[in-house]
Amino acid sequence: MNDMTQTNLQKDLKIVGTRPLRPDGADKVTGRALFGADKSLPNMLVGRVLRSPHAHAKIISIDTKAAEALPGVKAVITSKDFQDLPSEFVPAGEMMVNFKDMTRNIMAREKVLYEGHTVAAVAAINDAIAEEAMALIKVEYELLPHVMDVEEAEKPNAPLLHDDMITIGVEPAPKKPSNVAKRVEFGFGDLDKGFKEADLIIEKKFSTQPVHQGYIEPHACLASVSEDGQGELWVTTQGPFVVRNFCSKILGMSTSQIRVTASEIGGGFGGKTVIYLEPLALALSRKACRPVKMVMSRQEVLMASGPTSGAKIWVKIGVKKDGRITAGDAVLKFQAGAFQGSPIGPGAMCAFAPYEMTNVRVVGYDIVVNRPKVAAYRAPGGPISEYAVESVMDEIAQKLNLDPLELRLKNAAKEGTQAPYGPKLGPIGMIETLEAAKAHPHYSAPLGPNQGRGVASGFWFNIGGETCTSININEDGTVGLTLGTPDIGGSRASMAMMAAEELGVPMSTIRPIIGDTSSLGFNFLTGGSRVTFSSGMAVVESVREIIVELRKRAAQLWDVSIEKVEWVSGHARLVGSENPKSLSLRELAEAAGKTGGPIVGGASINATGAGPSLATHIVDVEVDPETGRTTVLRYTAIQDAGKAIHPSYVEGQMQGGAVQGIGWALNEEYVYDDNGKLLNPGFLDYRVPVCSDVPMIDTVIVEVPNPKHPYGVRGVGETPIVPPLAAVSNAVSRATNIRFNELPLSPPRVLAAIESR
Amino acid sequence: MEYFAPTQASEATALLKKEGAYVLAGGTDLLVKLKSRMLKPNVVIDLKALPKIKAIEKTTSGWWIGAATPCAEITEHEELTKEWPGVCEALGLIGSTQIQGRASLGGNLCNASPAADSVPAVIAANTICVIATENGEREDLVENIVLSPGVTSLKPGEFILGFKLPRSQGRSGDSYLRLIPRTEMDIAVVGVGVSLSLDKAGNLETIRVCLGAVAPRQVLLPDLQKTCIGKQPSEELVQTLVELARKACSPINDKRGTVDYRTTVAGVLTKRAFKIALERAQAK
Ligand SMILES: Cc1cc2nc3c(=O)[nH]c(=O)nc-3n(C[C@H](O)[C@H](O)[C@H](O)COP(=O)(O)OP(=O)(O)OC[C@H]3O[C@@H](n4cnc5c(N)ncnc54)[C@H](O)[C@@H]3O)c2cc1C
Repeated sequence: MNDMTQTNLQKDLKIVGTRPLRPDGADKVTGRALFGADKSLPNMLVGRVLRSPHAHAKIISIDTKAAEALPGVKAVITSKDFQDLPSEFVPAGEMMVNFKDMTRNIMAREKVLYEGHTVAAVAAINDAIAEEAMALIKVEYELLPHVMDVEEAEKPNAPLLHDDMITIGVEPAPKKPSNVAKRVEFGFGDLDKGFKEADLIIEKKFSTQPVHQGYIEPHACLASVSEDGQGELWVTTQGPFVVRNFCSKILGMSTSQIRVTASEIGGGFGGKTVIYLEPLALALSRKACRPVKMVMSRQEVLMASGPTSGAKIWVKIGVKKDGRITAGDAVLKFQAGAFQGSPIGPGAMCAFAPYEMTNVRVVGYDIVVNRPKVAAYRAPGGPISEYAVESVMDEIAQKLNLDPLELRLKNAAKEGTQAPYGPKLGPIGMIETLEAAKAHPHYSAPLGPNQGRGVASGFWFNIGGETCTSININEDGTVGLTLGTPDIGGSRASMAMMAAEELGVPMSTIRPIIGDTSSLGFNFLTGGSRVTFSSGMAVVESVREIIVELRKRAAQLWDVSIEKVEWVSGHARLVGSENPKSLSLRELAEAAGKTGGPIVGGASINATGAGPSLATHIVDVEVDPETGRTTVLRYTAIQDAGKAIHPSYVEGQMQGGAVQGIGWALNEEYVYDDNGKLLNPGFLDYRVPVCSDVPMIDTVIVEVPNPKHPYGVRGVGETPIVPPLAAVSNAVSRATNIRFNELPLSPPRVLAAIESR
Repeated sequence: MEYFAPTQASEATALLKKEGAYVLAGGTDLLVKLKSRMLKPNVVIDLKALPKIKAIEKTTSGWWIGAATPCAEITEHEELTKEWPGVCEALGLIGSTQIQGRASLGGNLCNASPAADSVPAVIAANTICVIATENGEREDLVENIVLSPGVTSLKPGEFILGFKLPRSQGRSGDSYLRLIPRTEMDIAVVGVGVSLSLDKAGNLETIRVCLGAVAPRQVLLPDLQKTCIGKQPSEELVQTLVELARKACSPINDKRGTVDYRTTVAGVLTKRAFKIALERAQAK
């Protein structure tokens, strides 16, 4: 699509870049929009999950007889209702999943591996009976010692979660199993030489806590499997096709036997790229031959759905006096939760990615612990590794008495830089975001006592992937656009805008919808900041194809060759005639019956060429020196969007990421007791920021077009959560004159540091 | 589960003697517990139809605040907030705008959480509560109601009708401060209520300081008579108060704070709350 791209970047745009109302807006503000828990069917049953009260235990037996005998109970399932599956890795968003693990995560088999792990599920005619039935299920456990921390888990005598886990990526392969699932390494150059050249070396350990995506809508679905084995699933998900494929694998059904419809989604942030309730609801429905609805409580969401990894990180950076980096080295240890698959790969790849490095190495370990299995969370791994690197960069700036933005400018990655994970980068906006930060009035505003200003940059890859769309010209000339990627951040608006721009018609004539899995070919999920990029490309290609078809229809009506017809502002025009003839989209649609039938089209692509997005954030905080409590005073997020199709939704992504990052930096943490039981499974004590905790997040969109997209789009959804952890930590460090290297910066932790200063 | 909304206090006390009966005011604690299955009431007695239970009245000796009066009505009462700014600020901190429309002083007290926000402030204000009993009414000081987390001194069948807040006269002032990691929708890690008055010379005439969330129940600082009354409100006196506050703490380590942290912050907030109350008194 490169050739088309060039024309678009120079063209005067009428719709792309403006801020129209979103097509799904009215339904959302009036409450009409239907989310995961909002659909019901006649004869529907309530499904509930029996969960493990233990962090680690062997399942000796499960007796469901009494529960099954209870009047009103229509089905009870355990791991016996699912076939075992061999170890097989498949991609899910920016993460990998393994079916052997997946079937064990949705329903424990030999062992329970974390508190909240599913051991059985029940479908009954109402919630009260379902609950009574759960109490009647007798599970006999043999308790095992548990381990929650990566550095404990990697010790040779640590409790072993999986007795067949041999570390991948170590040569020769270890003989003994351990909790270390995988080792990865990236880098190039000569570290020893690099550190020898350095005038200053800073080496430091960091720790971060696992944090939950914190979507407001809990997991929910409604499954209905008919007597002849056809399944329908209504579910809140980022990827209906992926859910279909996972469920068919787990349930031994064919892909065509499951039709998945994605509901409106109340937040996902990566956490709704995997399955929990879906195969259970389908299995219960299959057994009971009735529809089954399942909805998690907030407690279940926090106990049993995936957070992102907590981590221990070690970073060493060497610099010359002028700030030029000579070498960077890092070791990352990520919690995977109960099953392998932390975002250690991407985390390691992007640790030093904002910078031009000559000597660099990052080693990462994926380590299992008795916590819920991690799931993707915006820029999986990036915030963790870049937090550590960006904290060290800030300390370097302080030690060398350099402006932290200047230090970054001096080392900024640019077009042609070899990224630490291998490839040469295309055009990227690191320098542009730093320059915009420097020029922003926020950066030179005065600070008061106990206040500090932190900056940090962030990098994220973004992805493309398999995508298809279909387009119909309706009988009256309006346009139906069917997309296969659930709309989490306003993508229906962006897609309609790009289609309208291409077609030369008002956006209001285009109706974008999200199709179910039987209405389109396979679409990879909404994740990896890929939708405006990939679905956008597919939409543009669909429209360009349908324009060819429209010109053909006009040529037929005018009895000329297609070359004689051009498409201008939503009309077919006869080229070069003295008496210019023109047919509107409506006229062509109305005549479709005479020119060959309905005018439809579509595109199917495997999008490549996603461009990394870089960001620089500035934050001012005030730390109460007597209580250790941090107030965020001012926040500015600057990011390269490539091209902002709908700037308001780009800004929304930037603001949302910043706020989630602030929560990660300041207060969010899981509190477990000595037995591995979660003490704060609710939003009262698992403290995501509330509105009044944050100032209005100021945004600056920088546009360094991605040459591989027709409008220059990069992904924007993930990068904004990368810089805030370090930005906030650097601000608190500067406000207190104490370098912090542990998150969250909760008041007790900050006060303890102040008091021992 | 049965629901009643009696219009007579005697009816309510009779119903309350039933097995598994709970009174309902705003429901912002009760309904949360019900939905999370922590409580399974057999009988729910809605108090809001009782006379005077949602009233705010100026009386000869002070104020009447009905036990189920929503916080929002109290914090919007101009004269009351002028006279007892600390009490009203404490009530105004509970939850959020939505919670404020329902949450009550009676519910905040009888939920018997050591972290309840309004309780230290009303104890500092020397408030009396009027209790409905089988045989009519009785009165008690608010500080005698909460015994330990979730436990009150109310006897079976008893509930609170309302509160008698004294008249705040002369050069007096009160204040309440709490520490939460967030800005709202959080539970106090420490709360401190202060109420004081000054004599003509500007010396302390009365002072009551009450701490929340640092012990199984609210703690009214003892012995302030000796240490404070008749004295100039100096920095030294503030320091004495800070030390007394820290000494009075017997908190626990939990998900909301550590022993050390709570003890330290109890001193800090005592100092700050004292200064606000003092300024308010001095301004009169
Ligand atoms: C989102 C949220 C945020 C919150 N934030 C805060 C906060 O910041 N600070 C804070 O202190 N609390 C907070 N709370 C807790 C709660 O809102 C307060 O405790 C509130 O004051 C309770 O009042 P209510 O009228 O709703 O009580 P209810 O829920 O009706 O009753 C609470 C308990 O007291 C009993 N009871 C009620 N009235 C009486 C009476 N007159 N006599 C005897 N017993 C009675 C009930 O039986 C019940 O056991 C919050 C709650 C929620 C849901």
